[in-house]
Amino acid sequence: MYSFDYHRPGSVADVAKALLANPEARLLAGGQTLIPTLKQRLAQPAAVIDLGGIADLKMIKRDGATLVIGAMATHDMVARSADVKAAIPALAALAGGIGDPQVRNVGTIGGSVANNDPAADYPAAVLALGATVVTNKRQIVADQFFAGMFSTVLDAGEIITALHFPVPKKAAYAKFEQRASRYALVGAFVADTGAGVRCAITGCGAGGVFRSAEIEAALAKMFAADALKGVKISVANIMGDIHGSAEYRAAMVPVIAARAVAMAV
Amino acid sequence: MPHVTMEVNGKAVKVDVAPSALLVEVLRRDLALTGTHVGCDTSQCGACVVHMNGASVKSCTVLAMQANGAKIVTIEGLSQGTNMHPVQAAFKEAHGLQCGFCTPGMVMSSADLLARNPNPSETEIRSWLKGNICRCTGYHNIVKAIQIAADTMSKKAAAE
Amino acid sequence: MTTGTGIGASIKRREDFRFLKGLGRYTDDMTMPNMTYCVFVRSPVAHAKLGKIDLTAASKSPGVVAIFTATDLEAVGGVPCGWLVTDRHNKPMIEPKHPILAAGKVRHVGDPACAVIAETYAQARDAAEKVSIDYQELAAVVDMKKAMLGGAAVHDEAPNNLCFDWELGDKAAADAAFAKAAHICKIDLINNRLVPNAMEPRAAIGAYDLATEEHTLVTTSQNPHVIRLLMGAFVLGIPEHKLRVLSPDVGGGFGSKIFHYAEEALVTWGAKKIGRPIKWVAERSESFLSDAHGRDHVTHAEMAFDKDGMALGLKVDTLANLGAYLSTFAPSVPTWLHGTLMAGQYMTPAIHVNVKAMFTNTVPVDAYRGAGRPEATYVLERLMSKAAAEMGMDQAELRRRNFIRKFPYQTPVAVVYDTGDYDAHLDKALALADYKGFEARRAAAKARGKLRGIGVSAYIEACGIAPSSLVGALGARAGLYEAATVRVNPTGSVAVMTGSHSHGQGHDTTFAQVVADKLGIGIEMVDIVHGDTAKVPFGMGTYGSRSLAVGGTAIVEALNKVIDKGRRIAAHLLEASEADIVFENGAYQVKGTDRKKTFGEIALTAYVPHKYPIDKIEPGLEETAFYDPKNFTFPSGTYICEIEIDPATGETQIIKFTAADDFGNIVNPMIVEGQVHGGLAQGIGQALLENAVYDDNGQLKSGSYMDYCMPRADDLPSFDITTTNTPCTHNPLGVKGCGEAGAIGSPPAVINAICDALRDYGVMHMDMPATPEKIWRALQVAMPKAAE
Repeated sequence: MYSFDYHRPGSVADVAKALLANPEARLLAGGQTLIPTLKQRLAQPAAVIDLGGIADLKMIKRDGATLVIGAMATHDMVARSADVKAAIPALAALAGGIGDPQVRNVGTIGGSVANNDPAADYPAAVLALGATVVTNKRQIVADQFFAGMFSTVLDAGEIITALHFPVPKKAAYAKFEQRASRYALVGAFVADTGAGVRCAITGCGAGGVFRSAEIEAALAKMFAADALKGVKISVANIMGDIHGSAEYRAAMVPVIAARAVAMAV
Repeated sequence: MPHVTMEVNGKAVKVDVAPSALLVEVLRRDLALTGTHVGCDTSQCGACVVHMNGASVKSCTVLAMQANGAKIVTIEGLSQGTNMHPVQAAFKEAHGLQCGFCTPGMVMSSADLLARNPNPSETEIRSWLKGNICRCTGYHNIVKAIQIAADTMSKKAAAE
Repeated sequence: MTTGTGIGASIKRREDFRFLKGLGRYTDDMTMPNMTYCVFVRSPVAHAKLGKIDLTAASKSPGVVAIFTATDLEAVGGVPCGWLVTDRHNKPMIEPKHPILAAGKVRHVGDPACAVIAETYAQARDAAEKVSIDYQELAAVVDMKKAMLGGAAVHDEAPNNLCFDWELGDKAAADAAFAKAAHICKIDLINNRLVPNAMEPRAAIGAYDLATEEHTLVTTSQNPHVIRLLMGAFVLGIPEHKLRVLSPDVGGGFGSKIFHYAEEALVTWGAKKIGRPIKWVAERSESFLSDAHGRDHVTHAEMAFDKDGMALGLKVDTLANLGAYLSTFAPSVPTWLHGTLMAGQYMTPAIHVNVKAMFTNTVPVDAYRGAGRPEATYVLERLMSKAAAEMGMDQAELRRRNFIRKFPYQTPVAVVYDTGDYDAHLDKALALADYKGFEARRAAAKARGKLRGIGVSAYIEACGIAPSSLVGALGARAGLYEAATVRVNPTGSVAVMTGSHSHGQGHDTTFAQVVADKLGIGIEMVDIVHGDTAKVPFGMGTYGSRSLAVGGTAIVEALNKVIDKGRRIAAHLLEASEADIVFENGAYQVKGTDRKKTFGEIALTAYVPHKYPIDKIEPGLEETAFYDPKNFTFPSGTYICEIEIDPATGETQIIKFTAADDFGNIVNPMIVEGQVHGGLAQGIGQALLENAVYDDNGQLKSGSYMDYCMPRADDLPSFDITTTNTPCTHNPLGVKGCGEAGAIGSPPAVINAICDALRDYGVMHMDMPATPEKIWRALQVAMPKAAE
């Protein structure tokens, strides 16, 4: 690791100040992506600003038809939260299937969403559930938040503080894992929101997480696994690597989405 | 140089560390707790698993500074002297280790599992162990060991 | 059921306490006063001329102590190869120099060009980044078939990249057999390249004591004496008495820690140069680029059968990848450890094997768990199941029909099997796997939309490596005996110094069981000492499933000498003739009387020789034996794998894996089972998950656990395993070795099961690893045809 300064502010306002003072700084949430990146010397921040000192960011609560999850809630907290299980069991299940238990004990929802790894699980949930990303400056709807692989619309100095998930009628997430990394080769989050069906696909989009119009259209007609038989996904925006060609991943999208639909409650 | 104050295996420690120091480096180098191992550089093998505030974490993927104020338990602190924690005893009973390198992380991870889920199914055990790679045992006897430990610990709990 | 602690008892391991308490001592756990840290600058490109190496910035980096390049090492030898293969034209293999640090050229990604030594690891790493090297890139040689065409050459000495062109067996006889065949089964297959991945990365600490002129190397080795011999004699020119090599607790090896590596030599040499100890520890991504890889064969094979399914002949043509340099035992693996196994369990009368071994711009390839034998077994066992499917025969029945049943059996590929009973383990495996009930399970799976298959594999391996005269004739530049010293202390406790090395095998327990059993003393009275050339007389180390069969026998031979000497002492004390003294249950007793002396009393007498035949017997009770095996041992077994494929995704799930092994006598069944489990996991990993993938530029695409798929707990089932026993006929323990079987027998069982599941789709072969995509693709091609 290259050397860097370390800050651990006690409030979001102080984080913002620290970021302003250190434009080359990186925010450290759970660190389950950032620290491996630093270890491999793929990043050389002047400073690391640790969000771990801000207790407010760890909360999870139900607020009417909305589930509010603080940015620093760990995957394990989300997986085990009674509120999450009651409101959006699919989200609890997704969180309980991220990485491995040790990653889940430290990794956070805010970190995952801000990082927008094209194979991460949370972005699919955020997008499919039509969540709102709350920052220290504004609220951003999911459809406008993700801006391609490892990229979001967050400004410099902008900090995710919470995610607001509208509670759907039913939803589920199914993941076909890349066996080495255990990230998603193809992950599909389907949600019947009451106002329509949304399906977000992770793991295989050349531009990161995306909504599948083909699947949403099919499920809008009938929210059932069988509705996805014969649905074809174009390989145009699908990525391939040694773990799965674009053609294969494209073919798996409806298969995995169908698995999700079959599980949806 | 900044410092961290932690409770490690029941003892308060204060260590000067570089901000970039990993928890595992402080444990192994500054505190000479070499039972915690490093088997990879991509945060996957789990040889470095310790407990931080009661939860299993990969000490190679936590900055020492993040552990400031935390309670850390390493394999050396899981049991005292010649005693063994039920998970340690069960690993011996079931031959759940061979070369011993992944073992400390495997044991610490398993202890966390049983603290949360006292009676896990084989599927739950295998799924929990995703973060711990063993090249020797094929996991067969590790799974068995965790089942034995679960049994011992629940009998002990029932007796108390 | 054996009770107690002796041979046959599943006692718990004595070494476990330290490992479970975090008290193991691995190389990286050790520090030395004034120690420095080494980081290697490794080539980022597969093949390049080395231009200028600019050390200006790096030398000024904080904490730098020294930086070494090839020019500093001109007086030092290269990394030696321990096996000379002579090819079919009677020419010796081409043996290019393998410098410690790359000289003139780099030949694979990871080839070390420079060693940076600094006060701390972080400083060494910082400085290493500042080393500037002008790599003048050359075309990379990656694909073996292209490599043969020439053009780019890894080594100038080998313009077509051919190291040797080797053969075994009788080609004319094989051709004649094929000419009268009723059926010929043909196959093209790849034995995928694997990365061993012992969980402890390699590490080494070098130190030099100016006062005694003694070098010390602490290293993660399976055979410290071999390292002392190779490095001392061939690389650094240090005589044995001034070079101590220690291998403390070692976190797994699987072959990858047999070999002498450049890093060990550098830290040993450098420590004298800078006058301070030097430690190097591999990062895992560095291990991927510097530990010898395994397998990597491309094979075409054909097997001829008569109308009844009797095998008539076998022809195998293999391209074996050696990587960029010859690793320590690399030439032996695709040749004498591979061709000699091609008879398998069958009476095939005519066999011919041709192996062309190639240099490529990839990491060197050497022995990995099984070493040559998995490659042979995969070829043969795929052929057997494929042939059975083609001939409409049952795959178990075809094997049974061809079994060898008369022993000793001279194979057409040089080796002589001493014993075996292949029907026994086949029967046991078929019963345990409920083979008869399979078709019902296949039908039930089909009703659920799943494709179920069953695969049989009947492997044989040559273990207990090996008779020195034989391997010497085949090109080994070392003997393959083993040594042991049994030191009986005055009060009757025993220290056994063994040349075998335990890095997970549990020798501290099993060897102590043998000693306690033979001497009739408590196991707590026995200490097993290994891994230190200063303590152990000599040793060839642990690999090739040889520890108990060879190392254990050396211990038994030394014990026999101790017992014999004790008998002479007892005869004197009991005033009886030696011939009348029996040694039983830890005591020397005069036959037919109750007069006896315990082993402890004899030991004390040997060291306090007051009433003692001092003119006839010297005092003390310590004996050393070197044991050179008379033959290989030949463990065998039957493995059965049952799988289900989800045709929607191509995912394979192992439903049940059955293993029935004949390891001869077994000292500790619990430990043997553990060895089988581990081997199965590696074999199943090869079949389904693991693959070292190089791109056309020689970049390793699967260079970390993010991309190289290590089997994890949820990838594997629990295993159903059992044993049969035909004791080895030529060692006193009757043991054969169990360490590699699982990795040898399982890959074809898995692939045979997959092909069986896909048989209705006309899929006759599936290369490893059988990933979901490969299976799905095969189904995309086959399903429309099947629907027609």
